[in-house]
Amino acid sequence: MSEFEKILSTVFSVGTLQQMLRSATPVALAAIGGSMTEHAGIMNIGMDGMILMGAFFGVLGSFLGQSALAGLGLALLIGVLVGLFFALLVVRYKSDEFIIGCALNTFALGLTSYLSRSVFGNNGTKGNPALPALHLPFLSKIPILGPMLNDQSLFVYLTWIVVLLAWLFVYKTPYGLWLRASGEKPDTLRTAGISPKRMQWIASLLCGILCALAGAHLSLGQLSGTFAENMSNSRGYIAFACVIFAAAHPGKAYLAALMFGFFEAIGLRLQSYVSADLTNTIPYLITIIMMVYVVARKQQRKKKLARA
Amino acid sequence: MKNNEAVIRFEHVSMQFPGVLANDDVSLEIRRGEVFALIGENGAGKSTLMNILYGIQTPSSGEVWIKGKRVEQYDPRIVIEQGVGMVHQHFMLVPSFTVAQNIVLSREPRKHKIFFDNAAAEAAARKLEAEYGLTVPETEAVEDISVGLQQRVEILKALYRGAEILILDEPTAVLTPQETEELFSVIRRVVRDKGMTVIIITHKLDEVMAISDRVGVMRKGRLVGIHETKDVDAAKLASLMVGRPVIFDELIRSGEPGATALRVEHLQVSDHRGLPAVRDLSLELRAGEILGIAAIEGNGQSELIEAITGMIPVRSGRVTVLGREVTGLEPGEIRAAGLAHVPEDRLATGISGLATVADNLLIGRQREPRFNRFGIQQNRKAIRDYAQEVYQRYDIRGAGVDSLAGDMSGGNMQKVVIAREFSFDTPVLVISQPTRGVDVGAIEFIHSRIMEKRNQGAAILLSSADLDEVFRLSDRIITLFEGEITGTFRAGEISKEDVGLYMTGSKRQGGQEA
Repeated sequence: MSEFEKILSTVFSVGTLQQMLRSATPVALAAIGGSMTEHAGIMNIGMDGMILMGAFFGVLGSFLGQSALAGLGLALLIGVLVGLFFALLVVRYKSDEFIIGCALNTFALGLTSYLSRSVFGNNGTKGNPALPALHLPFLSKIPILGPMLNDQSLFVYLTWIVVLLAWLFVYKTPYGLWLRASGEKPDTLRTAGISPKRMQWIASLLCGILCALAGAHLSLGQLSGTFAENMSNSRGYIAFACVIFAAAHPGKAYLAALMFGFFEAIGLRLQSYVSADLTNTIPYLITIIMMVYVVARKQQRKKKLARA
Repeated sequence: MKNNEAVIRFEHVSMQFPGVLANDDVSLEIRRGEVFALIGENGAGKSTLMNILYGIQTPSSGEVWIKGKRVEQYDPRIVIEQGVGMVHQHFMLVPSFTVAQNIVLSREPRKHKIFFDNAAAEAAARKLEAEYGLTVPETEAVEDISVGLQQRVEILKALYRGAEILILDEPTAVLTPQETEELFSVIRRVVRDKGMTVIIITHKLDEVMAISDRVGVMRKGRLVGIHETKDVDAAKLASLMVGRPVIFDELIRSGEPGATALRVEHLQVSDHRGLPAVRDLSLELRAGEILGIAAIEGNGQSELIEAITGMIPVRSGRVTVLGREVTGLEPGEIRAAGLAHVPEDRLATGISGLATVADNLLIGRQREPRFNRFGIQQNRKAIRDYAQEVYQRYDIRGAGVDSLAGDMSGGNMQKVVIAREFSFDTPVLVISQPTRGVDVGAIEFIHSRIMEKRNQGAAILLSSADLDEVFRLSDRIITLFEGEITGTFRAGEISKEDVGLYMTGSKRQGGQEA
């Protein structure tokens, strides 16, 4: 086997696909949350901070209650609070959503770093009770797909359900119509007797919860009870790119997140051959390529309109 | 309830906004089964009154009764349930939703209690269409259908919600004459066959005469008169609106057209999105004539005018003012070549709201020696004297030349723009929307000034969304559709209805030169 073939076989293995699902999951959860606020007409740049809060408080809950479920519970509670806080500022007091989002990210980074050092000391914490991976015996019999899907964190499976529910909610229920109307033409909803602000509150709340889940997956699912400073590592921004790329369609946002997961997994595998600094740039390069694609698609649409 | 019974009653309704009394002790009864027209100038309080009825605003004092029940809580949801529907001037439709989805929004048919039933929504839309004879493409997205159809969707939406009382806010502002006629026949049909009550807010007096049974006139927040339409005429209504007699004098034309003053050849212009807006357009304008542009908004008239006046770039073609090519020059250079411009949006480009009236009147002349000392220091006294003189000559009414232009009423702001541009005495005038949102009295004044300029030999290119204005002022009329000239007519040669056919591109003259 030549060196090149060796690289290829490490890079394109079942392990890579397994890693893809793992890496995609937090981005996907946040992106689905971001799709909600995007439909409600809120440009939510603050998902990174929301994820970070979920990650830290998940570990804190797990540490204090010595149970992963306690961690998950605390993460969800914080998700609700952060979502409501975001809505209070952006929806109720009409602050600039971009500024509030940035502030939320900075605030979350500062707060979690400070609390982490106060509670766990300078080296962070490891090995708190975490959510176990699920082993589904019937899956192990299927080749490739079986090992790829099996032995994953609960969140990986949960995300599929969330995608389906979000898609049903947005496109198949009256509430989804209201949600989309609240972002596209709020006055229409208001004159129909439904408060667009209420829909924006709900969207912010859902986004807070889903981002907190994403954070909990990072600290309790993927990294077995570990918190490290800034562990969200810009996943919130990548999730935002997925939202834009998918035009806030939950299913497409999931696929976009999978793509990120795939390239991140490849990057991790390549680290034995190429500098990690270089492979770490891959997700961001992909973001740029995605955005170029979004712009190109828009221009194509414009040209089509011009010909019509 | 039988006919002639009061279906809506306003009792001593007042609405106080900070600094403005928008409605002042209004008492009014609307009868079941009538078409009631509510007219008044901008800011007279018509829309406020209707917003109160629709539950969007809560009055400061007074009561509203709908079908014999007092409105306790001002909330659109409750008012809608009592059978009031409103078609807003700016349509309340979600552009990406289908027609059917827009019609059922907020009262969606469901399956399994929580899911939206799209098929049932489309069926409901079709049922309504059949019942009221209003055809719409129920599966298409609203953004893909015409403005006239969008208005039908709005009406169907109100009917779907069970409206018996329909409020139409300036419904004809965006319609062609054909679409207006269709709308009126729909109104007559729902009133006659379904016993509906229609309230129509408008400032077009001929439409009041054509469609309404009774008319209420509002002025400065007060209801100053209610009349049976058959007892009044347009002139009477106009003077009631303004509060003093308005004489719609026949404008006097004199003189013969002279030499060509403005020439446009094969002009191509793109809009702000980069799409072609003006396509290979040529026209000639002679001294002593008014050439009016009749077009539905968004058909290239704005881009044509902005390209001629140097506000946006020209893609190809030539513009010549008095024999001198000005294509691609700066607005100031084009002005120096002999062309003044009254822009369509006075707030955005016509005036500076934060500057004084005097400074606004000065713009474009600031470098003239008489307003300067050694070219660096303003001569405030000369500027003030000049502004004072123009202020009086153009009958501008406000708090004087030292007040801020942004604090004036729309009509007076427009007079400032007209006064400034007309006082350059250029041989060519390009005028866009000269009286948009301006009250009847000011319209008369502005029209007579435009005609005076024409009679003095100015070449005038006029663009207006108000078809009546184009017909009243123009010697010749061109119709634009999608950036192309679809017809050229001498005034009096064509009716408004026929012009409508050329404006929508359904008719087209052979040649395309004007």
